[in-house]
Amino acid sequence: MFDDFLLRALVAGFGVALAAAPIGCFVVWRRMAYFGDATAHAAILGVALALAFGLPVFTGAVAVALLMALTVSSLSGRGYSMDTLLGVLAHSSLAFGLVAVSFLQDVRIDLMAYLFGDILAVTTGDLGVIWGGALAVVVLLVWRWQALLTTTLNPDLACASGLDPKREQLVLTLALALVVAVAIKVVGVLLIAALLLVPAAAARPFAATPERMALLAAVVAMAAVAAGLGVSFYQDTPAGPSIVCAAAVLFAFSSLWRSIRNAA
Amino acid sequence: MSLITVTNLSVRLGAVPVLSGVDFTIERGEIVTIVGPNGSGKSTFLRCLIGALAPSTGQISRAPGLRIGYVPQKLAIDPTLPLTVGRFLSLPRRRQGADVEAALDQAGVPHLEARQMADLSGGQFQRVLLARALLENPDILILDEATQGLDQAGSAAFYHQIEMVRRSFGCAVLMVSHELHVVMAASDRVVCLNGHVCCQGTPELVASAPEYRALFGTGTKGALALYRHEHNHSHEAEGCTDPSHTHTHTHPHAQAPAHTHRQDEGQNV
Repeated sequence: MFDDFLLRALVAGFGVALAAAPIGCFVVWRRMAYFGDATAHAAILGVALALAFGLPVFTGAVAVALLMALTVSSLSGRGYSMDTLLGVLAHSSLAFGLVAVSFLQDVRIDLMAYLFGDILAVTTGDLGVIWGGALAVVVLLVWRWQALLTTTLNPDLACASGLDPKREQLVLTLALALVVAVAIKVVGVLLIAALLLVPAAAARPFAATPERMALLAAVVAMAAVAAGLGVSFYQDTPAGPSIVCAAAVLFAFSSLWRSIRNAA
Repeated sequence: MSLITVTNLSVRLGAVPVLSGVDFTIERGEIVTIVGPNGSGKSTFLRCLIGALAPSTGQISRAPGLRIGYVPQKLAIDPTLPLTVGRFLSLPRRRQGADVEAALDQAGVPHLEARQMADLSGGQFQRVLLARALLENPDILILDEATQGLDQAGSAAFYHQIEMVRRSFGCAVLMVSHELHVVMAASDRVVCLNGHVCCQGTPELVASAPEYRALFGTGTKGALALYRHEHNHSHEAEGCTDPSHTHTHTHPHAQAPAHTHRQDEGQNV
């Protein structure tokens, strides 16, 4: 069934879209855009290390992305503003990752694939990893949804209800690292943040509740995957960036609709 | 046993000692108000009670299974987060529609379920926060300057609502406020906090305590004058020269004296 490379790409893209959309909503609500960026950029270092030690790329990416996210969480509020801290960590981890990759002779050609994704080369094995990771993220989020929302609103409110905001933050961090790792193959580390943010932002004007925003974001992300792959197939454009472009166009329409509605 | 017992509580935020040696208890059904100047550790104290902050030393023991209804000082909802009132009230525990309706009713804002949180007025917003706290079916209601941003009439109405809620729920109420004349009169006990407990007791006792007077100085002339009226003290000693005040004393809590001091506690997070 998955013989056709385009079909495999579509299934892979849908899997990532499904997981990235709800996490993307939290990234938007909690103003963690740069945090998502830093986590994603760190993943390239994970890829390099995984290749150097002969480990699965997914494992390396998850491990380093998670490490990065935890580092940022623990360093925040210790003298540097979050903005500065993330700026330093996001770009230096990307730089270290690129340098590390350069030590691996046979990987140099594939660098673009890790930076911008290589969705058309997704194998059936990749599909298993992507959907496994994506479903894990969705299950995690559904399980912790109420607690995550409460913590996002106000950590003290969560405390008073007997929740532990730190634990919920950890859940979110773990989910984010997983999404980053499964999205590398589809859009690459440089554009993962776009796949998180753009569908969520596009869904906002049409949603009255958090749940509807997350669902709509998933629909937008899937539509972007389908449209991007279509354009890529017929116009021979790079697939990952085409998907992000499609999402950006959907966001533009959504914003336009919002301003027309507000003017009326 | 007491709902919450605090023994010798000290808190440092970074290197700064915020609270030291605080002892405190609150009983079932009691209304306690904490007053204190800016940076006196009022919010820090409440955050310790709800478990958001770990004390550096000392102990906080809560009655087993204690249910806390917490109304925060302010709640900034990011504009990117769509949230109806009904949905907000179902966090973190899902609630039945009828319960949500009843809680909004209790809080004095019926039929708001479908409204977006972002579209509420300041007064409605605070009452929705109160409704959410009530849904916990609380043993104790904890309010951290819940009327910040409301005008005098709005906050008087809000505290009136709290008194009604207290009567029907029978819960204890612990609140922090700087609007002394409104709050103190409704309280069974007032605790004056300034890094440590300066003085505590009935509102009348605290209002006349030298520690309290030293802290609030002339700024609270209005509040002090009101209490003096209630207890037939001479107000000449307060230096109150406003000739109109003799007419206000029959409704001391509904009417605000013109010179009530309002502190800006915006930085006291």
